[in-house]
Amino acid sequence: MAEPTHRTGPHRVALIGNPNTGKSTLFNALTGMQARIGNFPGVTVEKKIGRVHFENRTVELIDLPGTYSLSPRTLDEMVSVEVLLGRQKDIGQLDAVVCIVDASNLERNLYLVSQVLDLGLPAILVLNMWDVAQARQVSIDVEGLRQRLKMPVVICEAHRRMGVSDLRQAIVNSDSLPAPKRFEPFPDEFYKECQTLDEQLSDPKQPFYLIERLLLDPGGQIETDLVAQTGPELAGQLKEARDRLKLAGFRVPIVEAKSRYAWAREVLSGIASIPRTRVRTGSDRLDRWLTHRVFGLVVFALLMFVVFQALYTWAAPVMELVEVAQSFASDNVSARVEPGPLRSLLIDGAIAGVGGVLVFLPQIALLFFFIAVLEDCGYLARAAFVMDRLMTKLGLSGKSFVPLMSSFACAIPGVMATRVIENRRDRMITILVAPLMSCSARLPVYVLLTTVFVPPVAYLGGAIGLQGIVLFGMSSLGALVAVPVAWLLSKTFFKGETSPFVMELPSYKWPSARIVLARVYDRSKAFVVRAGTLIFATTILVWAAAYFPADHTELHQLETQVEQLQVQAAEPTQEPGNRESIEQELEELSTRQNHLSAALIEASFLGQAGHAIEPVVRPLGWDWKIGVGVLASFPAREVIISTLGTIYSLGGEVDEESDGLKDRLRASRHEDGTPVYNVVVACSIMVFFALCAQCASTLMIIRRETNSWLWPAFTFAYMTGLAYVGALLTYQAGMLLLG
Amino acid sequence: MPTLDTLHDGQVARIRDVVGDDAIAVRLMEMGLTDGEFIEFVGRAPLGDPIEFQIRGYRLSLRSEEARRVLIDSAD
Repeated sequence: MAEPTHRTGPHRVALIGNPNTGKSTLFNALTGMQARIGNFPGVTVEKKIGRVHFENRTVELIDLPGTYSLSPRTLDEMVSVEVLLGRQKDIGQLDAVVCIVDASNLERNLYLVSQVLDLGLPAILVLNMWDVAQARQVSIDVEGLRQRLKMPVVICEAHRRMGVSDLRQAIVNSDSLPAPKRFEPFPDEFYKECQTLDEQLSDPKQPFYLIERLLLDPGGQIETDLVAQTGPELAGQLKEARDRLKLAGFRVPIVEAKSRYAWAREVLSGIASIPRTRVRTGSDRLDRWLTHRVFGLVVFALLMFVVFQALYTWAAPVMELVEVAQSFASDNVSARVEPGPLRSLLIDGAIAGVGGVLVFLPQIALLFFFIAVLEDCGYLARAAFVMDRLMTKLGLSGKSFVPLMSSFACAIPGVMATRVIENRRDRMITILVAPLMSCSARLPVYVLLTTVFVPPVAYLGGAIGLQGIVLFGMSSLGALVAVPVAWLLSKTFFKGETSPFVMELPSYKWPSARIVLARVYDRSKAFVVRAGTLIFATTILVWAAAYFPADHTELHQLETQVEQLQVQAAEPTQEPGNRESIEQELEELSTRQNHLSAALIEASFLGQAGHAIEPVVRPLGWDWKIGVGVLASFPAREVIISTLGTIYSLGGEVDEESDGLKDRLRASRHEDGTPVYNVVVACSIMVFFALCAQCASTLMIIRRETNSWLWPAFTFAYMTGLAYVGALLTYQAGMLLLG
Repeated sequence: MPTLDTLHDGQVARIRDVVGDDAIAVRLMEMGLTDGEFIEFVGRAPLGDPIEFQIRGYRLSLRSEEARRVLIDSAD
């Protein structure tokens, strides 16, 4: 079947292995971090391909997702099988497979190897984590293993780069490897059934591995696909074949585990001495403490506190640096480009767009730094273990905890962090509720509206304030709403997909700086390259909506005048009296400028839309100005403050502490003279912000992570719907209460 | 027949069978829980669930409801 094919083009090799075997580290070591990252079409599985030159030979390495088994139950799991069988069109035929196994845990790892060998591809076995095996007093006769498996065996310690050049050599040599020996671990009866099936399914002929899987996976992806192709008779035939096997004492599916594990034990007998009782290492003693009833929780809480602090507080100075760089770039453009559409596009479109992408990088880099450290030292799995009980109440698993917690700082790194969740259902639900967590961009909106409209009442002798309670309530609202949303999603869109928590708890070890930095680099790059472009494009579109079709000629003239006057005022030779009159003129001009800006935004597409939606937002207690502010903040919710500044003729340079803005909000009146804002309107706006998907960057990262436009559209629709209903209920109920 | 979730810290038992043939049962078997194999109950998570086990030389976490699917000989 798999003769060594001497095609032209690169030598194509896939890497496969169980989770926690150091596969990605080895992939990075082999490719030198030069990998192209994409998605396999139609699924959420990440595609990583590295092209390297070993000894004048171009080798294409494909990193397949870590898995314990090649028995595809879903489309996502099917991808690896399709790649290995050479049926994935964007990859093509493979020349060899590298199986990476944990040398300290050989028996269980050989289960996957036994499946890979059934594929009929030339294969190389990598005994990784050799040092861990030594520590556990596992001794392996490598030469014996080589002879028994009849395949090249390489020893590696990927995190120290030991054995990498041997592996490189073995990959180059795999060009001339013969097709491997098929071991036939199953009983004869099974192979007879395979043969019968093979003869029936001869048009088109199916690979042997798929025939095997057809029998072994009742209701699996391969059965579903083939029954759809060839007709329902196949399902009946498969059932009969399985019944015959059961009668003969080989019940499907247990026959696979029994046969393959028996094979693994036989392969290892006499050549690998595995201590009968596990040697208790420091790792095991540490584990007793870290999963201890009290101490385990304390350590967990402390660690999560540090991660959260880092995202929320430590990232801030670097994010400010991005903003400083942004204003520096804007000033440079202002000095060189005349006021006009081009300058506006460059500053408010292009530079703001680049800044809007880069500003997320500090949090992404920090979160993945912590995740990589925790994962590499073996604690991340324990964190999931500790939190699982709590998260099952949401219909999720412990693995969703870190992504959701991170989303309280920013949903973008949070959504990216869901890659640690292998289960598709859990991962999708986590992605879809992550934007509900109250991120740091919501806080300024809460602070502004709370300080202005919530009375500073204190309880318990000043220990608790009403403003603090409202702030806390708004920050918790999203998480509270996420509970029923997650539950509903698990009962509707993701119904029937079970999510077992059968998870390996790897040994503890010191994290490797190289692995951690590689991970941070890899994720940051993936964000900039894959989501950054979309975020940038969105910023340009929003700029256009707020700029056109209003006529900006007068505003640009004013800007030119202001800048000329500023130059004059700055001249050192200017007489004091002159300077005073220039400054007075400047003040008048900038007031005119602010009023003009307010008129222009009202005349823009955005402002027109704000007027158009007024009937819709009326029941929420809003006027068109709030409508424009909310519309403008759909790409990024924090924009509402500067938009309100512009609409209230204060210019866009306001923040949540600005007294000017606070006064304008207080003084704002409807046409009939009643105040626009009161505490109920403020709460209605805050509830809307708590629940609404006002972040284009989050939607774009969801697009990237789910590889579909459906899910960002769904997130946008359900969150905006929730936000509207929430704000409506708040306003109507609040007005009833206030009478 | 007793099930895996009824063990206590440090107890070792021999697996007799995994109940069912759905995705969870298959996953349990793939992870090496096959009849005749010895498994040790290492301890429960701080909140009482899941449970840490040791089998075939590695550590495995199962929820109680998953461990209940695994039939064992009475513990020693």
